[in-house]
Amino acid sequence: MEDSDSVAVARAKAGDGDAYRALVDRHSRGVFRLAFRMTGNEQDAEDIVQETFLRAYKQLHRYESRASFGTWLYRIAANCSLDLARSRGRHPQTELLENASNAPGPDRLLAGGEVRRTVSETLDQLSAQERAAFVLRHFEGQSIEEIASSLGVSGAAAKHSIFRAVQKLRRALEPLVT
Amino acid sequence: MMNHPSEEQFVLYYYGEAAEIAPHMDGCDACRATYHALQRVLNTVDSFPVPERPADYEDRVWASVEQRLDRRVRRPWWQRPQLTPWLAAAAMAVMVVSAFLAGRAWRQPAPVQVADRGVRERVLLVAVGDHLERSQTVLAELVNAGAPLGKLDISYERQAAEDLVESNRLYRQTASASGDVATESLLDELEPVLLEIAHSPSQLSAGELRSLRSQIEDRGILFKVKVFGTRVAQTNSL
Repeated sequence: MEDSDSVAVARAKAGDGDAYRALVDRHSRGVFRLAFRMTGNEQDAEDIVQETFLRAYKQLHRYESRASFGTWLYRIAANCSLDLARSRGRHPQTELLENASNAPGPDRLLAGGEVRRTVSETLDQLSAQERAAFVLRHFEGQSIEEIASSLGVSGAAAKHSIFRAVQKLRRALEPLVT
Repeated sequence: MMNHPSEEQFVLYYYGEAAEIAPHMDGCDACRATYHALQRVLNTVDSFPVPERPADYEDRVWASVEQRLDRRVRRPWWQRPQLTPWLAAAAMAVMVVSAFLAGRAWRQPAPVQVADRGVRERVLLVAVGDHLERSQTVLAELVNAGAPLGKLDISYERQAAEDLVESNRLYRQTASASGDVATESLLDELEPVLLEIAHSPSQLSAGELRSLRSQIEDRGILFKVKVFGTRVAQTNSL
């Protein structure tokens, strides 16, 4: 994937629209997942997907292959999400997807629904930076250095954002899962 | 045996770091219990559901992105030939039209004044919408630029900001003359930021980029431009 991304990026930089389309094809679902986890809102996530690919196109001349194209793209998506969150002053309420589980029994459905709701509510209560840092670490597996670079903060700040997010999640979820 | 690991070390361990705490946990029931509690919480977060996308999702995304690229950025706008004269001419046109309409409105009876005011505001909004979109591009480029290993070349953004400063002044004056306080106020806030970019060195170190970026972010101008630009675009599409 990364090799073929490099080839596609080189071709897209030379003006090949099909090559850029190939990059959109490969990464749009991943960017959507990241954006939804960042915002908790489907429409916002769709807007971020669009904005991410537009910004990435405008900045392609700056991409230098030091990070994988996917990591670079996710950095742009994370910043789009932060822009949106900051412009609103807070996160929108997460849309709960109660039908997303694999058909558990009534008890598990109730418990699972409560857990999912608590996860969503707690994520909504994180600051934009805490949520971005946590999502990039927990779901995307990015290193502290990559997260710091993505968010334009120091490594220590990125680490503390993750710790604060985990602390809040522990306080909210521990009573439900122990 | 080492001291009990800190909460931060448990978190790092969960994410595959802080391997040095493993031997301690092997021999410490309390720490194993603490870690397992953390593990349960973080595993639970994985249940946060993400809605499925339709099978043709990639096609839909591309159709929308391509449309916007065709309209706006197939070629970076600051690389288009004869940009500066075009921008200046556009801004001047708004000035002339606004002044003309303002003059007409001054001479016309009341009902026509209302209609003219609407036309004048619409002309200004169309021009300002484009100006804000260009400004947003420049600001976003700088805010989203990765930290350079050496120097970052921002000569395109500098040139673009110089052009935008000029047009910004003209639009601000037009907004002021038209009594459009909201637009005037935003352009008033935008101008010093554009000036700062226009007066920056062409090659920025990581520290200089951070400083420039924080000036943009501290003022929150990118978000204001974005939100205002969206509102203008919605008004223009009506």
